[in-house]
Amino acid sequence: MRAAGSRFRGGSVMPGFGLSLGFTLLYLALIILIPLSTVVLKTFDLTWGRFWETVSAPRALAAYRLSLGASCLGAAINAGFGLLVAWVLERYEFAGRRVVDALVDLPFALPTAVAGIALASIYAGNGWIGRWLEPLGIKVAYQPLGVVVALTFIGLPFVVRTVQPVLRDLDPEVEAAAASLGASRWQTFRKVMLPELMPAVATGFVLAFARALGEYGSVIFIAGNMPLRSEITPLLIMIKLEQYDYAGATAIALVFLLVSFALLFVINLLAWRRSRRMAAAEMGT
Amino acid sequence: MPAGKRTRALSEPPAVRRLLIGAALVFLGFFLFVPLLLVFVKAFAAGAAAYWAAIREPMATAAIRLTLLTAAIAVPMNLLFGLAAAWAVSKFRFRGKNLLVTLIDLPFAVSPVVSGMIYVLLFGAHGVLGPWLAAHDVKIIFAVPGIVLATMFVTSPLVARELIPIMQAQGNDEEEAALTLGASGWKIFRRVSLPKIRWGLLYGVVLCNARAMGEFGAVSVVSGHIRGLTTTLPLHVEILYNEYQFAAAFAVASLLTLLALVTLALKSLIEWRTR
Repeated sequence: MRAAGSRFRGGSVMPGFGLSLGFTLLYLALIILIPLSTVVLKTFDLTWGRFWETVSAPRALAAYRLSLGASCLGAAINAGFGLLVAWVLERYEFAGRRVVDALVDLPFALPTAVAGIALASIYAGNGWIGRWLEPLGIKVAYQPLGVVVALTFIGLPFVVRTVQPVLRDLDPEVEAAAASLGASRWQTFRKVMLPELMPAVATGFVLAFARALGEYGSVIFIAGNMPLRSEITPLLIMIKLEQYDYAGATAIALVFLLVSFALLFVINLLAWRRSRRMAAAEMGT
Repeated sequence: MPAGKRTRALSEPPAVRRLLIGAALVFLGFFLFVPLLLVFVKAFAAGAAAYWAAIREPMATAAIRLTLLTAAIAVPMNLLFGLAAAWAVSKFRFRGKNLLVTLIDLPFAVSPVVSGMIYVLLFGAHGVLGPWLAAHDVKIIFAVPGIVLATMFVTSPLVARELIPIMQAQGNDEEEAALTLGASGWKIFRRVSLPKIRWGLLYGVVLCNARAMGEFGAVSVVSGHIRGLTTTLPLHVEILYNEYQFAAAFAVASLLTLLALVTLALKSLIEWRTR
């Protein structure tokens, strides 16, 4: 009787549909959706004119520019070097490879504040690496470049981890065929392998970009946090909150949330297209 | 795959290989190895005695206690959420499932600062429920409940995200067999489903725990930085660093770094076990 009843409710004979979905929805509503809805609610405290004034103030525009630019640059660095690291880890044998492979996930596990103070100390003018860069005229810490360094760290695992499985599953016979047709190793890589790897690189890039955009902890220690110059958008929201300018903070947060959700949509679209490609490839073989 | 097994046309010349390995290691060195090494070197810069003093002073032990308490509430709650969500998504068909999965991922797309801010807007003195809470003498913002809630928000997708793909890939054949043999829903869950997902579950919990103990931005907004009362370990690190107590800051940071390294070691172990 119970099995027959649940067949209509979840399209399955398994029990627990109401309980599991009910708890999931309740938790989502209480912890995530209701709190998030306050962002939209609080923005209504502002008139349209005040809202526009807040989100298009020069200080806000400078913060968006830095957040978008530095996140994009960090993700681009990770796209290039992430592909290299994934290649080296999958294709070559060297001492300590397993340890290096495990450490790639460090930015996922290390608290961002710890990463922030470590990077700031290293890239400061008297730091381990900063002292060698300063004579060359390169200042990293307390400059916009410091923001790029922190956001590169935070996005480091994404491209590596999206490219690795694709690289592992590449059919070796395709490479052999290209070589037997007279392609050089570089030609095989560029013309045969890279097109297969690019969707994974793109997914990793967007993931790293999205993660970097909202990042706070690792950036504020190394950025210098000068308004109009090295102040990221999350910090501007934080400053407005500390001044009890809740409506102003919410307005900027709303703009920022819309950009993030657009990115989430792109990520899901890329994942969906990849899974469709993979399904099509499997049907072909 | 070891390079030695490949024919020459299918691999790179040794010089190129060494160059690529070198370039990858230099990149990782700048961004991973050197920061990791620095934390421990700076932590012991003032000697082992100063290290122990920094970890055992009352403000530090209070921060450790609060961090453990926060994780002890947030991780089990997100474990329950992850199990329920994965069960609902993988065992049943219903309309709006894709939307549900996207909503579960939503906190990943929200900046930590905004994650904290929304609880201030809801429970803060000028928030939606602020006057009611003040009238009933309940403190959530600038107190422990706010810290726990913000941590739960930020870490809520972690267990669910590990479990959903695993349970979807495994299918329901064994559960359905148990059902036809007359097993109850709880028994199927405990005896059939749970053993099948135990490694993924363990990794989800380990990662969720690491993030719960290390969360900074969201907790920073709701904490109020009341020393000894609402400062978690990451906030304690920030306070010490901003007071130029660098050795003490890195000593406390080294505890969190050790936690991260243990997390990564467990992850490698779990991957090795499930291979």
